Formats: sequence, structure tokens, C-alpha cells
Amino acid sequence: MKKTDSSKAVGAMAASIGKTFGIYIVLLALMVFFSIASENFLDSNNLLNVARQVSMMGIAAVGFAFVLLLGGIDLSIGSLITLVNISTAWLMVNAGWNPLLAVLFALLLSAAVGFFNGWIISNLQMPPIIVTLAMMIIIEGVAYLICGGLPIYGFPQSFSVIGQGYVGPVPIPVIIMVIVMGLGMFILRKTYFGRYFYAVGGNEEAAELSGINVKRVKYLVYTLSGFFAGIAGVVMLSRTNSGQVISGKGFEFLVLTACVLGGVSVSGGSGKISNVLGGVLVLGVLSNGLVLLDVDDYVQKVIRGSVLLIAVALDCLQHRKKA
Amino acid sequence: MLLLQLNNITKRYPGVVALNDVSLDVVKGEVHALVGENGAGKSTLIKTCTGAVIPTEGTITVRGREFSSLTPKLSEQQGIAVIYQEFNLVDELSVAENIFLGRALRKGIMIDKKAMAKEAAKIFEQFDIDIDPNELVGNLTVGYQQLVEIAKAVSQDAQILIMDEPSAPLTQAEAESLYVMVEKLKAKGVTIVYISHRMEEIFRLSDRITVLRDGQKIKTLNTSDTNLDDLVKLMVGRELKETYPARTHQIADEVLLEVDNLSGNGVHDISLQIRKGEVLGLAGLIGAGRTELAELLFGVRQRSAGRVVLHGKEVRPRFPREAIDSGIALVPEDRKKQGALLEVDIKGNISMAILERISRFCTVNKKEEKRVAEYYKESIRIKTPNLEQKIKNLSGGNQQKAIIAKWLATEPSLVIFDEPTRGIDVGAKSEIYALVNTLVESGKAVLMISSEMEEVMGMSDRIMVLRQGRVSGELERKDFNQETIMGYASQS
Repeated sequence: MKKTDSSKAVGAMAASIGKTFGIYIVLLALMVFFSIASENFLDSNNLLNVARQVSMMGIAAVGFAFVLLLGGIDLSIGSLITLVNISTAWLMVNAGWNPLLAVLFALLLSAAVGFFNGWIISNLQMPPIIVTLAMMIIIEGVAYLICGGLPIYGFPQSFSVIGQGYVGPVPIPVIIMVIVMGLGMFILRKTYFGRYFYAVGGNEEAAELSGINVKRVKYLVYTLSGFFAGIAGVVMLSRTNSGQVISGKGFEFLVLTACVLGGVSVSGGSGKISNVLGGVLVLGVLSNGLVLLDVDDYVQKVIRGSVLLIAVALDCLQHRKKA
Repeated sequence: MLLLQLNNITKRYPGVVALNDVSLDVVKGEVHALVGENGAGKSTLIKTCTGAVIPTEGTITVRGREFSSLTPKLSEQQGIAVIYQEFNLVDELSVAENIFLGRALRKGIMIDKKAMAKEAAKIFEQFDIDIDPNELVGNLTVGYQQLVEIAKAVSQDAQILIMDEPSAPLTQAEAESLYVMVEKLKAKGVTIVYISHRMEEIFRLSDRITVLRDGQKIKTLNTSDTNLDDLVKLMVGRELKETYPARTHQIADEVLLEVDNLSGNGVHDISLQIRKGEVLGLAGLIGAGRTELAELLFGVRQRSAGRVVLHGKEVRPRFPREAIDSGIALVPEDRKKQGALLEVDIKGNISMAILERISRFCTVNKKEEKRVAEYYKESIRIKTPNLEQKIKNLSGGNQQKAIIAKWLATEPSLVIFDEPTRGIDVGAKSEIYALVNTLVESGKAVLMISSEMEEVMGMSDRIMVLRQGRVSGELERKDFNQETIMGYASQS
């Protein structure tokens, strides 16, 4: 009797470890696989490279996770990154703005776009997927209008620090990601409005009746989503050193995959930033490993799509079990 | 003749035994009531009959055929049908189409609406029910929808009808037509397993009663051999003190809430007063405007005219937060939909309405949060091993207590309870009544909306009756009388 009890306890513990660290176990498995399959994978330069590559995804994923917590979605972040790319580049090159000013403007712009999304969604009661899809198309159009589809380059030297600089051995984009994720964790764990994200996503009516201003929460969350996407866009621009109209293409999809892999429920109300980081790293390692193994681009696409499908399927299965 | 037998059914979930060696015999043609507190195992037990739950041990015998477990399909083939509280009806289809859903009568490849309407009308005729088979189900009241659901089962030739709290969402009048239907079904030889918290209807309808407690069968009794007190004792396993504990305090003269000619949100010209320490009961049929009035007072909806004065100050909440800040709390009608954040822990649920107050620089003071939650856990006896449990793991009664705790934490002077004990077991009910008493004894005022006649008469100092959004009558405690209240509620 005692034995079955303790084995049950071990089982329950394993289940809870699986739930908490599941994504990190996947990450470890992937890393073991790629380090055996490719001798270059474990090279410290390569690992730092992976970290730098995922940093933009990680930054945008924090805002995206907030939106998912609310039970919403923000498809416009990919286009928003493109717009930030183009407009910052244009302001610095064509209008001769100081880089700092151009960056501030870009961040304000992206926050404003996010706020606008939130405003439409909560005041016109429109489905977030449609609002942000429309916004995605509109913003992409605007970006094309600004630059006529051509790349913009020739930035001041100081601007490249954001994306290409290092502090010691650590790339600055990675540091920015760590700060943004820390901020995200702080918001969700410590602040009252972070709690409101879970409340509104879990049960909007109950949240409203508890005195929570649901509209204001939605404004805030979509604004943050836009704002963090803006930071990701600035980092990307500085890294690539040229403003491109395709820079953010498909980015919303990657970030969505990372969030869901990291256990943020697509139906709202549950998820943690610490696991989103795991999701981001898994995607980064996967795409880096596939490149090292020389896997065909189109095959990679198939794999990435499948990963999203499987991650959402797992999320839905878990919800069905609970019901 | 034994029609349905459950033999030594045990159902284990990880860490919980939901059913422990339960046996049940259902005789052909009887109405067999299943009673017990929430969490006693009634729902799990019937789910084994419908194939929704696979028993860990034990067998099920239907008409002499023994099964180790059923599937939904198998259960239907054996003539077992279940009427759940949530109906499986399609609002956009007609009554007849719903009854024949999935097996529509056809003429060639076309659906034969006329034939279906005729068949449906025949069924209704058998039971003296006045429903137009061509009406859309969405246009029917809840009571009628339920009758349609039952008619659907009858048309499928169900021999064993399992009804899970069928009267819970119904008004008194609607429940009456349900009882009539049950009696007619019985006269036709249909066997019925009837689950309910309402004791009056159990005594009225059933032939035998099986009592479950904590996943175990306590006893099966003949209804004629038992009485309410004995039954309740068997259910809770302890003696309950009076269901409606008496209050001894003096109601103050000071008026706490004054409402003058309030209109809007479907209510018209409502005036009322509640004094400090007083419970005002709000009676009426479903749709009479009671919840709507609460919504106006709480700022969920906006008034079109009238005045509300609380503590001598006029209040006009534009949203719930403003109502909360002026000292009003609303314990809503639908616990799961409007009250609980099911995925959030108990502590987080209790602190939800005061988070901003206990935050500094946007950061929640977790110590204070914990202290408040602990305080209410102790003072209103929320039964839970710890406050970090998700609220969905609590029983209905304890969930309700946690939600009440959330509102008490806002330190309100007026508490509006909307159906405070709906779907809650007997034990938790009387605890909530005691809690209401503590509130008024400490000088708060309570507005209590209830569709349970006994409850509203047992708990109120005064009762106000609403009908079609207007006040149709008011009674002092000495004049309380069920017929009078029903009269006010339904007269035309």
C-alpha cells in the first residue's frame, strides 16, 4: 500500500515537472540530437549566434503572450516590425533624424498602432483575429508606400550598436531580450494589472463584475504587444543594417508558435513567460540545427508549420482533459 | 421487475474515490430519486449509466444483460436517456425538428417537416402540453425547452429516463408542468431516475429514494416510510440546526439604501428602502426584472431615470468599480460564469476586487493578500487544504463562499445576493444563511434575490415582489405567505 502511494506521488511529481519544465526537456533533447548530428552545433560561437537570432522573437513574444492570455491574438506584429524597420530607416536616412529620436518615434508609433488595435477590438466588439489581420495588411501597405518597396540603408554608425554590439561576450540584443522578459515576468507576477490579464482572459464577465475595467486592460495589452514588437523591429533593423519591406514577414507566426510551445493557452487565461522563453529557444535551436544539417528551406517550412500544429493540438488536448 | 441494476460500482480518479462500492436497483415503472449533497457522487453515478464514465470496478445490468461498462451508443440502445440541466437543443430549429434531430423524417431526399410536426404534436397531446411544434426552440422559455427535451427522449422510445436536477432552472409554475409530465410518464410505464436538491418535489414524485454521501450509498428507502428531517440527516450525516437561523438583533431606524423611481434596463419606476441590519427579499418569476434591478444598482447597466441614495449620498455608478467604491457588492447569479475565475487560485479569487487597494506602485502586497484570504477562509469556513488550490477544485458551496469572501473583502455596506444558494447542498446552504445573518447583525444591509420561496420567506425581514419590471407587492414578515407572494408575482 505504502509502495503504491509513494509510486503515485512520484508519478504526480513527474507529471508536474513535465508540465513546468516540459519545454526545457524538449529543448535539451533537441540540443543533444543536434550536437550528435552536427559537430558545429555546440560551438560557443554558434550558441551565441542562436541566442542573438532568437532575441527578436523573444522580445516580441512577451507582448504576444499577454495578448494570448487575454484570449486574443495579434497578427499585426509582423507587419509592424516591417513598418518600424522602414520608418526608422527612412527617418534616419531620408529625413536626417538623430538615431535616438528616430527609435523613440518608432516605438511610439508601434505602441499607438497596438493601442488602436485594442481600441477597435474592445469598443467595436470585433474579433481580434480580423482586426489585427486587417491592420497587418494596412501597415504592410503603408511600409511599401514609404519606401516604394526599395531597401533603405546607410545608417549612422552609432545605430548599429543596438543590434550588433556586445557587452563582454554577450550580444546586446540578448541583453535587451532578457530585460524585456524580466519585465514581462514582473508584470505578470507582481503587478495588479498583470493579474487582470489572467482574470480577463479566464472569465471576462466575472472580471468586469469584480470591478476590473476590461476595456482599459485590453488597451494596455494590445499597446504593450505593439510596443514590444516595435523594440524587436528596432533591434532587427540595427542587426541587418538595412530597412527591408520583407523584414517582418511571417514573424507573427513564429512568435505565436513560440508562445504556444511555451504553454500559453490559445484559449486564454493561462501561461508563463519563463516557459515562453523555452518555446523561443526551441524554435531557435530547431532552425539553427536544420540549417547546420543543410536541410532544404521548404522542408524547414513544413517542419515549422507542423510544430505549431502539434503545439496547439497538445494545448487543446490538455484543455479537453480538464473539462 | 428489476430494470436497471448497478452492481458494486467503484470509480477512482487519481487521488479521489468518486464512487465506492455503490449498488442501486431500479424497478420498472418507478420514480427513483437520487439525493445527496454536492460531491456525493450522484452525477458520476448516472454518468456510468450513460457511458460518459467508465467504472473502475463493478457492473451494470440492464434488463438482465450485464455490462462491465457502457458507451453512449450502447446506453441509448438499451433505452436509457438523460435530461441534463444544459439542454442539447438547437435554438435556430423548430421544436419538431429538434425532437427528430439526427433522425429527421424524410420524403425521398427531402425533409418532411409536416410529418415531423404532426408526430411532435401527437407526443405533446399525450401529455397535455401546449407547445406549437413549428415554433423555434430559441423562442421558448427554459421551462418549455425542458419539456421539449423530455419529449425528444420519449419519441426515442426511452424506457429509462434519468433527470439531473431538472427543476433547478425553472420557476415554480414551470416546475409544476414538469411534475405533471413526470407523473404522466410514470403512468405510461416509463422508469425515471430523478436527481434533485428540492425536497418537496422528491416527496411528491418519487416512490423510492436512494441517499448517497461521500461516494457511498447510505440507504434506499420507500418514500412513504420517511420524512424530510430523517432524509436530511441521512444526507449530511449530522443533525442540521434550523435551516433558517433566527436573528435576534434590532434593525436600525437608519435607512442605508434608498431607491426612488428607478427605471431602465427593463425595470420601471422602482422605489425601495433598506435599513441598516435589514434583509430585503426580492421575489418574482424569472424575467421579472430582479437581476436587472441589481445590475442597475451595481453599475453594470445604466438607468434612464431615478435616484439612488446610499448612506445619504447620491450614487450613480457608471461601471461596477464605482459601485464597489461606494460600498455596494454583488454576489452574482451564475457562479461559474460571473463569479469564479476557475483557473485562478482561491487566494487570487478572494483578492480580485481589492487588488488595486492592496498595491503600491502597481505591485501587489502579497502578504496583505494572503492575510485577507486567510482571514476569510477562517471566518467563513472555506473548506480547502490551502489557498493556492485552483477554485475549480472546490465544491459548489465552497466556491460560493470564496466568491462571497471576495465581496466581503471590499468591505461593502450593502450586499446584493442574486440566488445565493442555487445548486448548493443543504449543509453549505445553512452556512450561507448564517453568514447573511452575521452581515446584517454587523449593521450591513442585504438585498436578497431568490427564486426559492422557502428561502426568501425564511431569510427576509421584508419581501418585495416584482412582476414585469415593476413592483407588484410588498410584505412585512408577519404577512409572509406563499400564496400571496405567488399571487403578486404572477397576477395579470
